[in-house]
Amino acid sequence: METNLALLLLLSPFAGFLFNVFFGKKVNKGISGAIGTLTVLISFLSSVYFFTQFNPSTKPIEITLFDWISVHNFKLDFGLLLDQLSLLWLLFVTGIGSLIHLYSISYMHDDDNMHKFFAYLNLFVFFMITLVIGSNLLVMFIGWEGVGLCSYLLIGFWYKNHSYNDAAKKAFIMNRIGDLGFLIGIFILGSMFSTLDFVGMKQALTAGNSDTSLLSLAALCLFIGACGKSAQLPLYTWLPDAMAGPTPVSALIHAATMVTAGIFMVTRMNFLFDLTPDVQNIIAVVGTATALVAASIGLLQNDIKKVLAYSTVSQLGLMFLALGLGAYNVAVFHVITHAFFKACLFLGSGSVIHALHGEQDMRKMGGLRKAMPITFWTMMISTLAIAGIFPFAGFWSKDEILMVAFDHNKTLWMVASIASIMTAFYMFRLMYLTFFKDFRGTQHQKDHLHESPSLITIPLVILAILAFIGGAINLPGSTWLNHFLEPILSGKHEEHALGSHEYMLMGIAMAGAVFGILWAYSKYIKQAVVPQEDSEIAGISKTIYNKYYVDEFYTFLIVRPINSLSNFFRTTLEPSLGKVIFSFGLITNKIGKQGKKLQTGSIGLYMFAFVIGIVVIISYLFIAQ
Amino acid sequence: MNNVINEIGIENYIFLASLLFCIGVFGVLYRRNAIIVFMSIEIMLNAVNLLFVAFSTFRQDAEGQVFVFFSMAVAAAEVAVGLAILVSVFRNIGSIDIANLKNLKG
Repeated sequence: METNLALLLLLSPFAGFLFNVFFGKKVNKGISGAIGTLTVLISFLSSVYFFTQFNPSTKPIEITLFDWISVHNFKLDFGLLLDQLSLLWLLFVTGIGSLIHLYSISYMHDDDNMHKFFAYLNLFVFFMITLVIGSNLLVMFIGWEGVGLCSYLLIGFWYKNHSYNDAAKKAFIMNRIGDLGFLIGIFILGSMFSTLDFVGMKQALTAGNSDTSLLSLAALCLFIGACGKSAQLPLYTWLPDAMAGPTPVSALIHAATMVTAGIFMVTRMNFLFDLTPDVQNIIAVVGTATALVAASIGLLQNDIKKVLAYSTVSQLGLMFLALGLGAYNVAVFHVITHAFFKACLFLGSGSVIHALHGEQDMRKMGGLRKAMPITFWTMMISTLAIAGIFPFAGFWSKDEILMVAFDHNKTLWMVASIASIMTAFYMFRLMYLTFFKDFRGTQHQKDHLHESPSLITIPLVILAILAFIGGAINLPGSTWLNHFLEPILSGKHEEHALGSHEYMLMGIAMAGAVFGILWAYSKYIKQAVVPQEDSEIAGISKTIYNKYYVDEFYTFLIVRPINSLSNFFRTTLEPSLGKVIFSFGLITNKIGKQGKKLQTGSIGLYMFAFVIGIVVIISYLFIAQ
Repeated sequence: MNNVINEIGIENYIFLASLLFCIGVFGVLYRRNAIIVFMSIEIMLNAVNLLFVAFSTFRQDAEGQVFVFFSMAVAAAEVAVGLAILVSVFRNIGSIDIANLKNLKG
């Protein structure tokens, strides 16, 4: 029963993928979308069933499907593991996945390749589920690579635009760099423990005294993998470019689910990271730095999706800060609330873009509040949540991170708080520029302004409600999530009793958020500033607007040398090597030309050669004896 | 039977067989008529057959004689095929002089 249901949970989106690949073109678009949505919904319902049946006091459900690798003393099963962590992830992956599929039916309806879109989206959900419920690192790696592939396919979904293809390639290559680290980490762990099973590794680690330096190296390699997938410094530049994909993709893959895979993996391997404090420090510092850098870039972006992308990078940075401080439960909490409000924000921005026929530049928006009330209010709730305003979901989770940071390291806390203030500022900048004041687009767009259809607004409303109440799963004082996750987190876990200390920190965080909002208010409502044209931006703003020239720096440091190296190979090395190889052919050819003269066609000569040959062989044999 | 071998001596059989074989070889090498070449090949085969039989008798072992039957059967088949080829060659180029069969020149 459990095995079958788990297989249904896993394979249902895959069936949807197969259907859309083979029959999607033949059926009409509505059916293709409905099947895509329904298969994910089935997964969601199975996850809900597992979640309600799950008994935290008993052992987690382990399902071994078959023996996968068995070499010498290294043994690996293809197994599924349904414990607290994977169940949580399953719930929001498939839940938000279903909502976004529903949304896409309406959003992608004008696209000729809608069946392809749903096929990719279903495949993505399948791989994401594989990643989440794999019982060992290698199964997880299959999902890890699979979601990377789907991300690539979906970023380049509108493949006729060349820069979108470039963005897809960039995402794929950046992820491969991280994946190499992940793979090396897997190899190190495999050679150390002769198993990659999570349960087995945990037992081996808690039982024996392992080589700490090797463990640190493995943890670092895994973290590099997480950096690539979850867009941390220095591998974050692919995520903003990934906004080239359709907006539902940005919401599902590049905000709510795939990019949190790195956090999932680190949480999964928490028993390893707990033993390597050096790596934990690196994670905390990288996360904080990412949060600050991305938030500061977000301050000046004018593309509505780019702002959200940098905000995602920044929020992921905060989650890594929590991971680095060992507060895995807090990071998971923020992942969940972030999934709610960021998916809602992305879908809302998609609704706006839809209404404006593809316009993404906030300088050409404004005043949409009256035309699109549902979109406005849902996005407003999510914006309040991400800015960290009491009592929205983001307030609780972000505040927990800041509290943990405050307890461990004041500098990290300061930097993270500044990043939070920036978050409040740029999110309200986005809201003010998009929904307030007067419309700045063309007359044609103005005439066609409309609220999106209900297939788009229903997911928005559901997500906004979740963004509002989502914090309830882990309120200070009634920490359901912390207790739920306790059995799988080996180390100490952060718990905050409510005291004056905590109230003070909450107050500071709230004050920061309000300050950011007022700052944005005075600039974009009171003074009615509209961001300048690209050419007019100067000074430090120009540096920030151009994302600190990190892309250009990478181009200079890595892409150019590789290009010139491959150019050297192409123009110099390959021709000269080719000559060497070709000369072998020439020599053979020459020998053949001479040799064919031997074949005269005269039978007599052949006979003669034959007899002489035999005589020589026989005489040699006699003499040799 | 033993007497035949002993009276004449096994070495004389070997000499005769070698002689026949050499005649065959030279026939193959020097004659240009394809039929003569065939005959020379037959002579070589029979030289070997003779040796087989002689040694078989000398060693009181019937296996050699059995082999000779095989060899003769194969030789007969070979001649049949060979002659058929020769007939068709003759029909095509009007000659069975092997010096003229040079179409397989490289």
